[in-house]
Amino acid sequence: MDIKLKVDASGLSCPLPILRATQGMKTIATGELMEVVATDPGSVKDMAAWASSTGHTLVEQDSANGKFRFVLRHK
Amino acid sequence: MDETISIVLFSGTDDKLMSAATLAAGAAALGKPVKIFLQYWGLNAFRAAGIDTDHGLAPEAGEVGKAAVEAAARAGMATWVQTLRMAKELGEVDIQACSASMDIFKLKQADLDPLVDGVEGVAAFYINAGEGQIVFI
Repeated sequence: MDIKLKVDASGLSCPLPILRATQGMKTIATGELMEVVATDPGSVKDMAAWASSTGHTLVEQDSANGKFRFVLRHK
Repeated sequence: MDETISIVLFSGTDDKLMSAATLAAGAAALGKPVKIFLQYWGLNAFRAAGIDTDHGLAPEAGEVGKAAVEAAARAGMATWVQTLRMAKELGEVDIQACSASMDIFKLKQADLDPLVDGVEGVAAFYINAGEGQIVFI
């Protein structure tokens, strides 16, 4: 998988992970992938809600050792 | 459907300012237009000279609540001012001061932080809120 941009939102509490995601999406183009890593457990529901509301696609999501990882495709 | 979120920010303690900033930033990240209408103590907190100072907490915080909020701040949690600045950079966030509150405190727009975009009355607030949701803090 060709990740264009990696965003580390570890240690940040709501609403910063989705703000960082918004910031990141502005720097990549249609079809490109962005990976976001967060430690805020709320980011699991938040990132899905953010993606569905903004039209970007959440293509992959997993968690390990208290970290939540999301891969999103720019609409 | 009108997606606009209008927040009437009346309160001026740091916890309630953070609550408003979080709601504004979240809506902005979702691509919703955000309007913030500053009244009374909410407006008072946006004075250019004191925006970054300690505005205290709501009375219900008590000692335990105060300690928890202070620990979060020391751990590097963004302040409400930083959160609002980020929200304005990322989305459509318009902050207006209530003209009646400006009169009470004898304020001019030049006395306020540049985060504030202008001054308006309640009729303009309602017109701009359209059919969208209105939140009071």
